[in-house]
Amino acid sequence: MSAPATPLMRLRDLSVRFVSRDSTVHAVNGVDLDLATGEVLCILGESGSGKSVTLRALMRLLPRTARVEGTIEVAGRDVQAMDEGALQDFRGGDVAMIFQEPMTALDPVFTIGQQIGETVRRHEKASRREADARALELLELVQIPSAKRRLAAYPHELSGGLRQRAMIAVALACRPKLLLADEPTTALDATVQIQVLLLLRKLQEQMGMGVVFVTHDLGVAGEIADRVAVMYAGKVVEEGPVGALMGGPLHPYPRGLLGATVHAGMRGKRLTTIPGAPPSLERAPTGCPFAPRCPEVEEPACTAAVPAPRSPVPGRAARCIHVPG
Amino acid sequence: MTPPDTDILDRGGPGQPLLALAGLRKHFPIKGGLFGRTVATVRAVDDVSFAVRKGETLGIVGESGCGKSTTARLLMRLLDLDAGSMVFDGEGVGQDSQTGGIGLKEYRRQVQMVFQDSYASLNPRLPIEDSIAFAPRVHGLPGGEARERARELLAAVGLAPAQFARRYPHELSGGQRQRVNIARALALRPRLVLLDEPVSALDKSVEAQVLNLLVDLKERFGLTYVFISHDLNVVQYISDRVLVMYLGEVAEIGPVDSIYERPAHPYTRALLASRPSMDPARRRTEPPLTGDPPNPINPPSGCRFRTRCPHAEPVCAERAPVAADLGGGHLARCHMADPGSGHSQAARLAA
Repeated sequence: MSAPATPLMRLRDLSVRFVSRDSTVHAVNGVDLDLATGEVLCILGESGSGKSVTLRALMRLLPRTARVEGTIEVAGRDVQAMDEGALQDFRGGDVAMIFQEPMTALDPVFTIGQQIGETVRRHEKASRREADARALELLELVQIPSAKRRLAAYPHELSGGLRQRAMIAVALACRPKLLLADEPTTALDATVQIQVLLLLRKLQEQMGMGVVFVTHDLGVAGEIADRVAVMYAGKVVEEGPVGALMGGPLHPYPRGLLGATVHAGMRGKRLTTIPGAPPSLERAPTGCPFAPRCPEVEEPACTAAVPAPRSPVPGRAARCIHVPG
Repeated sequence: MTPPDTDILDRGGPGQPLLALAGLRKHFPIKGGLFGRTVATVRAVDDVSFAVRKGETLGIVGESGCGKSTTARLLMRLLDLDAGSMVFDGEGVGQDSQTGGIGLKEYRRQVQMVFQDSYASLNPRLPIEDSIAFAPRVHGLPGGEARERARELLAAVGLAPAQFARRYPHELSGGQRQRVNIARALALRPRLVLLDEPVSALDKSVEAQVLNLLVDLKERFGLTYVFISHDLNVVQYISDRVLVMYLGEVAEIGPVDSIYERPAHPYTRALLASRPSMDPARRRTEPPLTGDPPNPINPPSGCRFRTRCPHAEPVCAERAPVAADLGGGHLARCHMADPGSGHSQAARLAA
């Protein structure tokens, strides 16, 4: 798909299987993605599409039962080849991650200030005093009111929105080149979600970070993404600039998803649905994984082989045999 | 006891609200200190009054902590009221039937609830057919008939009984489980169904299936819905009237079109403006509101929204606003909507 000269992140044929004694789950089945410096890529997909597993593979956060294959390069370094020491420098230094639930991502027995300071001291070998000053600076950066007082607060003393901001501050502590965000606004209220989204976009522009943002919410993707990759059954089925993709998806799955998303002006109309449910991933897909639910399925061609990505216009691509190119 | 089969008559006539609530209040004390004294009170629901009309869908929206789920539990009488009255089709809820009331058991038969967490609300050790047949059996229906009704309902919610009836909850997907919960809620042939975030945990493509199902069932069984959600788009889609809650109070209530097209309360306006736009060309640059909703333990004096309101004036801290009538059943609890309130923007709005 689109390939800038020196991508910040480069995934080639990434596949992740979870192998246990009695079953194997093919969570990710050949994902190719690139991310340029300063770009925001949204991975959009429903539960079980492999979007979060892809994100965790980028930071080698998957459990031992996961078999990861393919190329993962971040900032020119091969993530798969790193040893434990190199990984520790890499995580929190070059790459940082924010999660959906800040209460489980933050340590409940340390104050916010201590948790930010720890990251700074570990990666930048800063003194305690420097780390404290940096922590205060970061809390102000993420627009936490009365930041000085909040440094001494424990996670449970903060509201949901402030906790999420504190987690962003921890992640940004060492000015990462790449920020991975796993549904960071899903658990927040509507009025707080938009605040955090706008904050993330502002920080991303200020710091020139690349961001990979995983979400299931089309509206959130529309608000923050430069480019969107739609995942289904462990594959990227469509990829393209956010405006073009939202305006007219090429692949029938994102088209169905857009039709099934309730928005203003649909009152009294019947919602279009995607019949059925996503496939079981106990076997790797051999044909188009969306074929059983697809309204435009053509029997032998769709199920014979996994459709290769076709690119009708530069920068856009979809894995569907009906797409020209 | 009335046998569950008999059709429940529309006792109050079409003009009588199905459920009328007045002055509903629920405070939760927080115990602490040496002798377990009450050190604070969570004012979860404070003086909430509204009516649910026959055959309508009333949407309730609000952020976490605004009291919408507590309101649902009060409506279902899973919690006892601290104050207030509930009248179900002209009969006082929880009162003796000889004084013109309706007992709790009979009330709960006519009012059923669907919860957000589809897995936690089903018994993992019962096949879904038995879960659905459980309540009719408790209410006196013989086992065979209860099972037959369960199978009919499974078919009605789109799960083929032959294939699904003997399955356990863990053998179903989230959307299928939520269908089972809906079937179970309908098993007693209720008139009012409370839906507490019924589609929030579902994927978008499944959400649309369940919403279509809810619309179909409402028509087929002549139901009335109270639909609680934080998703404003879903509420707009399904509701006839919408109630906006903020910190335990009703901020605004009205027909869905007036609320979405002419919101009068600044909180409703902010809530509507917070929806992410699907169009990247129309991205917002400034958030409509700053800060989080305050803690309901110590709500602000006067108008509870004034701490986040861009139009707050001294009068907002002094007096709690009354519900101003904007016509057509549209009420807003804001000094700006009330011509005589003394707020500098009140007169302009009234003119």
